[in-house]
Amino acid sequence: MRPLVSDATRLRFARNGNLQFGLAMLSLLVLASVAGSALVPFDPLDIDFGQALQPPGWPHLFGTDDLGRDVLARVVASASVDMKVVSICVLLPFLIGSTIGLVSGYFGGWIDLIIMRFVDVLWAFPFYVLVISIVGALGPGTGNIYLAFSMVVWISFARIVRGEVLLARRLEYTQAVSVLGYSHARIMLRHVLPNVITPAIVFMMADVVLTILGVTSLGFLGLGIQPPTPEWGVMIAEGRNFIQDGWWISLFPGLAIVFVGITFSLIGDGLDDFLRPKP
Amino acid sequence: MKLVFFTLSRLAQLLPVLLGITFVAFFLLRVMPGDPATLMLGSRGTPEDIAALTRQLGLDRPLSAQYLSFLSDIARGSFGRSIAYKAQIGPLIGERLWPTLALVGFSTVLAVAMTVPLAMLTAVRRGGVLDHLVKIFFVVAMSMPGFWLGVLLILLFAIVIPIFPVSGYGDDFLTRLHHLVLPATIIALGTAALTIRSLRSSIVAVLGADYIDTARAKGMPERIVLWHHVFRNSLTSTISVLAVHTSWVVGGTVVIETVFGIPGLGSLLVSSISARDYPMVQGLTLTFAVLVVSINLLADVAYALVDPRVSLS
Repeated sequence: MRPLVSDATRLRFARNGNLQFGLAMLSLLVLASVAGSALVPFDPLDIDFGQALQPPGWPHLFGTDDLGRDVLARVVASASVDMKVVSICVLLPFLIGSTIGLVSGYFGGWIDLIIMRFVDVLWAFPFYVLVISIVGALGPGTGNIYLAFSMVVWISFARIVRGEVLLARRLEYTQAVSVLGYSHARIMLRHVLPNVITPAIVFMMADVVLTILGVTSLGFLGLGIQPPTPEWGVMIAEGRNFIQDGWWISLFPGLAIVFVGITFSLIGDGLDDFLRPKP
Repeated sequence: MKLVFFTLSRLAQLLPVLLGITFVAFFLLRVMPGDPATLMLGSRGTPEDIAALTRQLGLDRPLSAQYLSFLSDIARGSFGRSIAYKAQIGPLIGERLWPTLALVGFSTVLAVAMTVPLAMLTAVRRGGVLDHLVKIFFVVAMSMPGFWLGVLLILLFAIVIPIFPVSGYGDDFLTRLHHLVLPATIIALGTAALTIRSLRSSIVAVLGADYIDTARAKGMPERIVLWHHVFRNSLTSTISVLAVHTSWVVGGTVVIETVFGIPGLGSLLVSSISARDYPMVQGLTLTFAVLVVSINLLADVAYALVDPRVSLS
């Protein structure tokens, strides 16, 4: 019987420190998002003025904020909020952009021309300018954040996938399957897609890093997720007013963002080596 | 003379992109669900107020007519009137342009100052201690939210060790530079995180080239090989890498300006959004995109000047 994972694949994983370390950090993150509230003995929303602005120590490991809320409980509770929003903000543009890039590159011609000119134009607008304008116009709310990221970030995936499709179309296997008379949909999905999607998946990991910075920036500016929902960007903004008396309120949520960034940088680098082995 | 022609032909190629930019800036807020006048006035707007604002902004006219008058306004150098400032938008943006340009310029200089020596050192000593340290440092730097780093640096360098101003913008060149040190450093760290990596790998590639072996074989001192041969070739790649990230650098100013209270385009964008000043937001998105395109054009020209292989004709 053929083993599920070949020895070569297993060896490649065993030698890939970035991927192993990144995945270990990711499992911590998932644990905090799923079971976080059970691990911290405080409620992230409980206000207790008697305990306001306590420095890090026992029993408040990360201290308390100006309302006496436990910072550790809020940082952990934010993980589930932020990771959910970030996942959707990365997946939607990935799906939209990859589809557009696939169709654009596969059919070429005037469809490709129009789509790519549009991508060129959108490319000139800085990411933050567009996202902030769109979310600002629509108003706060997670649905609007998803819409804004979908409208802005798809162009990166479309460019990457289209470029790969153009390369693949010159290779013999795509010419061979088109001779067999398969439908366009079948050729695109069964034959081209599996061969062009790897760079987009690798970029998706880098996009998580950009997206966590974008989503928390919106929260920081008061345009994203709204208080009292615990969210890392919102927490940093709240702590900013107490930076002299309670530096810990801003410090720890920022460290959590850095943790997410490092996790996905490592996974991105690791996946790149794992999926695209260099000779 | 050749350079003028080159710049002009690049400009001509950019015209369709510029037209597309006006199109996106115009339709961005109009394709949103909901009526702009209602959104602008919020829940307090009476039906009469909404109707009056709709007329004032010309929103009752057909979209194509609105777009054409938007274009003719731009051609006359006007972006319409701001609702929050009750004044022409053009001069307001013009005033705010300089702090943002200074911030972009200063942070780019800092990023290059970090990138060139560090990329050179890490490429020459591949796999050394410094190579690993730089790599780790910039993976961390890339993950740090600029606004968070800003809040911490304000605590450290403005309150604990007060050597830099907390917020605002000075009156003369030196005080302005002083105000921009912290925000420009934060943006530069993000840029350098992106550029060091690609520059390091391109230096590694240049180091393996035949002409470097030739230079060494004829007994040229290593210092000259590195700075005359490798550096000159790495310079062109730094410019192209920076050009690719222009939009990222310019976008990075938006949040940082807000944190440090710098009166630039970014903080104006954030305050205009909070004030629901849609004509201003429209003018600003347009300005940002034109800024990115102009800087890219500048990079193209600089690239052509540095690299004699790029033909100017």
